[in-house]
Amino acid sequence: MRTRAIALLAWAAFLALGAWLAATARYSADLTAFLPSAPTPAQALLVDQLREGPTSRMILIAIEGADGATRAALSRALARSLRADARFRSISNGDSGTSVADQQFVFGHRYLLSEQVEPGRFAGAGLADALAEGVDLLGSSMGLLAKDLFARDPTGETLAVLGQYERATRPNVVEGAWSSRDGRRALLVADVRASGADTDAQQVAMGAISAAFEAALAALPRPAAAQAAPPATLRLSGTGVFSVESRELIEREAKRLSAISTLLIALFLLAVYRSPRVLLLGMLPVLSGALAGVAAVAAGFKVVHGLTLGFGVTLIGESVDYSIYLLVQGQGSGGRRDQAGWLRSFWPTVRLGMFTSVIGFLSLLPSSFPGLAQLGLYSIAGLVCAALVTRFVLPELLPARLPMADVAPLGMALLATAARLHRWRWALWLLPALALAAVLLARSPLWNTGLAALNPVSPEAQQFDARTRADLGAADVRTVVVVTAATPEAALAGAEDATAALAPLVARGELAGTDSAARYLPSARTQRARQAALPDAGTLRASLVAATRRLPVAPASLAGFVDDVAAARSAPLLTRADLDGTAMAAAVDGMLVPHAGRWSALVPLEAPHAGPGAWTIDLGQVQRALAPVSHDGTEAVVLDLKRESDALYAGYLHEAMRLSLAGFAAILVLLAVTLRSAGRVLRVLAPLVLAVLAVLAVHALAGWPLDILHLVGLLLIVAIGSNYALFFDRAAAQADAQERARTVASLLVANLTTVMGFGALAFSSVPVLAAVGSTVAPGALLALLFSAVLARPDAHARA
Amino acid sequence: MRTLSWSGPLFALLCALAGPAARADEATARDALGELLAAVAARPHAHASFVEHHYLGILRRPLESRGELLFVPPDRLEKRTLAPRPESLRVEAGQLTLERGKRHMSVALASYPQLAPLVEGIRATLAGDRATLERLFVVGYTPGNGTSRSEWSLALQPRDAQLARLVRELRIGGHGSDVLRVETLRGDGDRTVMDITPLDPG
Repeated sequence: MRTRAIALLAWAAFLALGAWLAATARYSADLTAFLPSAPTPAQALLVDQLREGPTSRMILIAIEGADGATRAALSRALARSLRADARFRSISNGDSGTSVADQQFVFGHRYLLSEQVEPGRFAGAGLADALAEGVDLLGSSMGLLAKDLFARDPTGETLAVLGQYERATRPNVVEGAWSSRDGRRALLVADVRASGADTDAQQVAMGAISAAFEAALAALPRPAAAQAAPPATLRLSGTGVFSVESRELIEREAKRLSAISTLLIALFLLAVYRSPRVLLLGMLPVLSGALAGVAAVAAGFKVVHGLTLGFGVTLIGESVDYSIYLLVQGQGSGGRRDQAGWLRSFWPTVRLGMFTSVIGFLSLLPSSFPGLAQLGLYSIAGLVCAALVTRFVLPELLPARLPMADVAPLGMALLATAARLHRWRWALWLLPALALAAVLLARSPLWNTGLAALNPVSPEAQQFDARTRADLGAADVRTVVVVTAATPEAALAGAEDATAALAPLVARGELAGTDSAARYLPSARTQRARQAALPDAGTLRASLVAATRRLPVAPASLAGFVDDVAAARSAPLLTRADLDGTAMAAAVDGMLVPHAGRWSALVPLEAPHAGPGAWTIDLGQVQRALAPVSHDGTEAVVLDLKRESDALYAGYLHEAMRLSLAGFAAILVLLAVTLRSAGRVLRVLAPLVLAVLAVLAVHALAGWPLDILHLVGLLLIVAIGSNYALFFDRAAAQADAQERARTVASLLVANLTTVMGFGALAFSSVPVLAAVGSTVAPGALLALLFSAVLARPDAHARA
Repeated sequence: MRTLSWSGPLFALLCALAGPAARADEATARDALGELLAAVAARPHAHASFVEHHYLGILRRPLESRGELLFVPPDRLEKRTLAPRPESLRVEAGQLTLERGKRHMSVALASYPQLAPLVEGIRATLAGDRATLERLFVVGYTPGNGTSRSEWSLALQPRDAQLARLVRELRIGGHGSDVLRVETLRGDGDRTVMDITPLDPG
């Protein structure tokens, strides 16, 4: 009685604690949470950029359907209303080149920003040439624009700076709004104020965009709306959008799949037990286990990832086995429960199976891939809890007589089948050879080493994103030079040096161009040099007289120019604060970032768009060109982001493989110590290894590359399958035919629930969940089949 | 035909505003404008050379530039300056593209309500797009007098008040179906005169 009270009290206390932990945990679906956590400094910067960089904050907006004029009108209306929304830093749709604030900033600081400001530009022949060009411009089609500037800026520095900011590729424009190259979509770019890692804020921003679009649609003049068939629709893309959509997808999938597999398993168990009450009691260990898993992850990690929850579905399939063993195997003759007998003869096997699984999952814990470590902890906590509840709580809650059907006849039939299959056991020994052949002959690589394999975003959506970025001339920056230095000033100066060092490559067409924060905020070094290149008022006045001798300009009409140059000479240097309120501020913040106590200036490189080297950048050559940049604590490194991230992931995949093998070795040791017989260890492990090989072979033949989550699936096959193998091993020693029949029947029931749970997962549209499902469902089934076929013949002979 | 059907209601409205006394004269002048625009628009395309003089207050003497013009109805207009410095200005489907030396600029006309009417005024005249002309400008038409019946001039005054401060008037003069002179009068007294010589009519 006392043990019963203690067990129930402890259980209730645990449930309360678990519920509190789970309720207060932070949940995330940010894909980058699954990115590795402790890479090299350069890779850490990369992960930071993926998570919080300016690209991560960008929402690409496409308006499809209707006609060009309607789309452009919608684009303008949408931009207008979103620009009034404080959640957005800026909205670009091509409807005005530069804002008034930008123009004022450029005009006000033209002598510090213009790359043309060099010694000699404001005296003698240099000044005469610059003025002649300015006069030429007055007579050009830009005359209207240039005329207002001429009196104060006759050398055209404002237009030069604006030219510096022009990008090589520009979006198409249809009816005054940015458009895709094929002209079928109007495009906008929203720069969200919140970080791309803040999924909630991104979701709110997406909602604001949709609402503004609906309002703009409703405000269309009626004839335009009526003519516009098909109706205009909105489509969003971008890193933040993907995070939001993935979170929704994973949540939806996790709910849907848990519901489906729970329902299937419940219906199936109801058919077996023929008692709703037993069914409900049998679910207690599962629910406790799932809660324990979430609570453990919440306590062990700061954030619970959505995928970990999705993975919880799988635990239903596995931990339900424990109660099945208790309920089915503990069934005495005539429906009377043989509690003590089960504890004596079956519990040790269940316990050993549980330990085997725990050891398998322990191997995931040291993984530096946070997602994998979470899955490991979740599974261990869940399994241990489910086993403990089955052992100590469930028996206290079960009535003495279980109102359920006897499964012994089913077990008898199964044993007979197994005996017939046993004759074909030699065929299994061909399996390793066949699997090896399949893996060797398969055309595609067995392992997928790209991080993209884990991406739940559909290939169609990824293509749309890539195409839209290309249309906007904002193709994903793949190659970037990272200049790291102690201070922002040193980093900016380093970025300027890097740009200068790469200029010959740009001139030769090996690079289409480079960008840098220093274009918008030059280093103090450069600003001082430009100030030094400016003459004082007296000198400039004298130079103007000489320089205008052959030009139709009176020096007196350029008094404003003389004043401005004199003022710029002694003006305070430009700082980041001066950029506030301009579009350049975001550019500088994106390309000059504090990182690990130092400052990194990013210099994105644009690959050539045509010619023999189109879309490729010779990294070795870039790195060699950068050699003079690295000195005095400043370091310049060129990074291929895609390659770095893939290398990062491949590293973690290999680590996970090593850890899994270590886990397998640990299982081997555990079994050897417990079973104390090489033959028995072999008989227990052989079906598991064969099942794993068969699953590998099928994937290789079908050309489905395996990723890190498949590895988890293979580990699960061993973990779950070990229960079957151990029970077959035990059944061989059982004298009572009825008991043996029940054991085998319980294994089939447990196996089918597992297959149902994981089978449902295999149909998930989230690749990582589907990976686990498509590995474990067939693997578990094969593990049972192989265990049955390989079981010791004398067990069947006596049946 | 499209021009007429569009301008119908607008014409009626203008007549009503002008009052009964002006009605007869207006109607005559406007019919003649319709004829002129139809004649200009009837040309499949136009290729011409031009000489442009800029008279700017800030400069002591006018600037001269010369080059070629090309118009392909209904909406492609190209101005190729050859001297003193090569430059190309192209307007097509509402998109303005400027190439000058290394500089390449491409903007949507609709984004520049201050600039668009100037280009549109010339384009609409060449295309015979009377509706657009009258939407953007107060159109004054002076048909040729007795001695040279076929000489005419159009005075286009921007309806947009902001634009009117920048550009007071666009004067387009011609002979028969040829446009021979485009004069831009700026709000600040500066002006640009472009003289046009057709190269291969029709």
